[in-house]
Amino acid sequence: MAAAQQVPLVQPGAPGQPNKVITNPVGTAVHDPTSADFGFMQGMVIHHSQAVEMVGLMNGRTTNPQMLELGKRISISQGDEIAFMKRWLAFYGKPVQEPNSMAGMDMDMPGMDMSHMDHGKQDMDTAVMPGMLTPRQMQALHNASGPEFDRLFLTGMIQHHTGALDMVKDLYDTRDAGREPQLFDFTADVDVTQRAEIETMKSMLAKESK
Amino acid sequence: MKTRILWNTAALTLALLTGTAAAIAQVAMPAKPTVYNNPQLPNDPRVGLKGGVTDAGVAAQGMELVLNLPKPPGFAAGTTPQEKAPAPVPAAPAPLGPDGKPRQRALQLGSTNSDLAFKDHYVVVGNYNGFNIYDIADPTKTTLKTSVMCPGSQGDPTIYGNLLFISVESTSARVDCGTQGIPLPAGYVAPTPAPRPAGAPGGGRSPRAPEPPSQDRFRGVRIFDISDIANPKQLPGVQTCRGSHTNTLVTDPNDKDNVYIYVAGYAPIRSSEELPGCSAGGVDDPNTALYTIVVIQVPLAHPDTAKVIESPRIFSDPNTGAMNGLAVGNLHGEGAAAQPVSGCHDITAFPEIGLAAGACTRVGILLDIKNPAHPTRIAAISDPNFSFWHSALWNNDGSKLIFDDEWGGGSQPRCRATDPMTWGADSIFTRKDAELTLGSYYKMPAPQTELENCTAHNGNLVPIPGRDIEVKSWYQGGISIMDFTDATHPFEIAYFDRGPLDGEKFIDGGTWSSYWYNGYVYGAEIARGLDVYKLTPTKFVTANEIAAAEQIHLSLYNAQLASKTIYPRTFITAKAYVDQLVRSNALTQDKATALDAAMDKKNTRVLRTYAATFKKNSAKASPGDATRMTALAEILAQ
Repeated sequence: MAAAQQVPLVQPGAPGQPNKVITNPVGTAVHDPTSADFGFMQGMVIHHSQAVEMVGLMNGRTTNPQMLELGKRISISQGDEIAFMKRWLAFYGKPVQEPNSMAGMDMDMPGMDMSHMDHGKQDMDTAVMPGMLTPRQMQALHNASGPEFDRLFLTGMIQHHTGALDMVKDLYDTRDAGREPQLFDFTADVDVTQRAEIETMKSMLAKESK
Repeated sequence: MKTRILWNTAALTLALLTGTAAAIAQVAMPAKPTVYNNPQLPNDPRVGLKGGVTDAGVAAQGMELVLNLPKPPGFAAGTTPQEKAPAPVPAAPAPLGPDGKPRQRALQLGSTNSDLAFKDHYVVVGNYNGFNIYDIADPTKTTLKTSVMCPGSQGDPTIYGNLLFISVESTSARVDCGTQGIPLPAGYVAPTPAPRPAGAPGGGRSPRAPEPPSQDRFRGVRIFDISDIANPKQLPGVQTCRGSHTNTLVTDPNDKDNVYIYVAGYAPIRSSEELPGCSAGGVDDPNTALYTIVVIQVPLAHPDTAKVIESPRIFSDPNTGAMNGLAVGNLHGEGAAAQPVSGCHDITAFPEIGLAAGACTRVGILLDIKNPAHPTRIAAISDPNFSFWHSALWNNDGSKLIFDDEWGGGSQPRCRATDPMTWGADSIFTRKDAELTLGSYYKMPAPQTELENCTAHNGNLVPIPGRDIEVKSWYQGGISIMDFTDATHPFEIAYFDRGPLDGEKFIDGGTWSSYWYNGYVYGAEIARGLDVYKLTPTKFVTANEIAAAEQIHLSLYNAQLASKTIYPRTFITAKAYVDQLVRSNALTQDKATALDAAMDKKNTRVLRTYAATFKKNSAKASPGDATRMTALAEILAQ
């Protein structure tokens, strides 16, 4: 491998202004993540984990090939994104919370309803984060099979993904949040991916109900 | 012999919507296409390569790395202005590694290299921090000529004459090319966003809490005069509402005074206080910057007066005129809540045939560009296998089109053994007028690791006469060169791949763009710099075929501007056809050897006899061979 070659580093001026040769360009700090960013990533790990858990329920409950393929797509995208979020959190020295342990999280989490958390237990009809299925919904999915499972899975996952889009939007709406470059690219991709999956699922649901 | 998984060779037409038809075809959602898909190769030499930035393991076939030039200061890891920035106040504690020492910022290596454009003996390598121009007069001694610091991602370049156009989408890019970003005014407090009404649909990618308007900000297409290649001079450029993710140079065969730039992108829209006329309004707002692309006209005599002349509503419903009328839901006729398409990622123009192909996030479209200032949609397709329509590549005569799917957005490892070969792949279409028929899928076949971001990305054609050949980047999946002469059975003919940037941790990188230009393949490696490759003969590509491709010399090349290659009627071209006829068993090796010898001796009488025979035999040959025989006969008869 050759070494990097070097020529003068030219910095053009604004239109009409002369160029400069610069030697040691210094910029502004890459936007460091804020507590809202950490909270978003920690929360989204838990959010995504539920989607993987839901796909796990497919085994034995549906044989619809289109459903199984959808499940594969979702578990790949959510699984990769969980891996990315854990990597990102580790890079910044932040803990990753397992889905059942919320202690020690950065509590500045956009869109998160904390009101029920003082008691240390959840009721059956409260979701921990936007769009996440409630314990009762998860129980119903667990108990269903065949077309009923397919329907509950599709409606549940549309609700789940829509919640993720809400979390991204809330993050963007939070001052100084969502600007760290890796996180920005990641959230943009979450947005594109989940929109596409929602589209597919709505289409499947419409077909099922015909 | 490769095992071919052949499900169903019948090509399947995907849901197709013509923009000119009186009624919208309510086509059922296409079943999962069952066309040919090349198989994964679990025992390929590319599997298990050692990681490393400069010492990674390498596997190659049919191409070799001539040289690699690491990124220069300002762009290389540890030298970027962003990395040398003072710590924020109050200083955030440096993240600590497991050993208790501060971690290096190593989620990426320096600023990202992006797309390439070519002029004469120069290649421009776009970068999130500006661009670098390399002198490739002798590609084996490629040298850095010009280094320009002017931050603003993605930095995709195009060139026309002495004008260099650079896409800027970032919200921190400055008019004056400064590296300091756009600082918030002292004491600035962002307005609190209005709460969403209960039950209102959510959805990200909304404009973030608005930054205060700034006249220092530049988003759009920068224009540089590169008459003095070492000192590019910035012209006013053209600002746009959503910035420019990519840009397409469009020439008008009937107008030599202007060129056009199609601006694609889907980034947040800025405020009208910052750029008059910008609106992030919905479908009821006739001025919304959603649901459109932007057309810039560049008067060549006065490029400093380039301006936006139109925002064509290329996604509109042909019946109702609704500007958000193109959606996957209505393409599939499902009645499902449609997600309207609001922008494109890439557009590849082919002015000689009056068409452009747009890869527009959720759909692929065909545009009539006979009047380049007013593109109109004539077809749209969707595909349940595709998650993100990323780019389009025409073959030489426009009868085939490759769309690709950037599944995972380029930052995810989507070429693992467990990832389906139809996802994050090329889809190869044949075209008849405005009708596109899916022939097959192609994906780089060697399973990659969890540490290598990989999916379909940018590529172009290798101009071997008689064949359709694509050279393509797969990020850390390396480069794969593929033959799609038969749109229903693409196959790999050459590749180059390095191991991951790091053997243990994930670092974003790989080849962003790889393009054939005047005899060599140039690769923009995100982290490792500029790569220069040449092809080497194998059973899939002969020395004569490579020599035939090397005859083609361009003085300008932009990946999103297609043009027809006319092959010279030389014996070099003829020998490429001869080798192809031998490969397809239409000609014996003995006859080919005799014919090559006759060409070397310029034995006109013998050559004319061969010409007559080929002309006669072409009538009963396969379509591909018939074309080769006809072209060969014409050369031999002269």
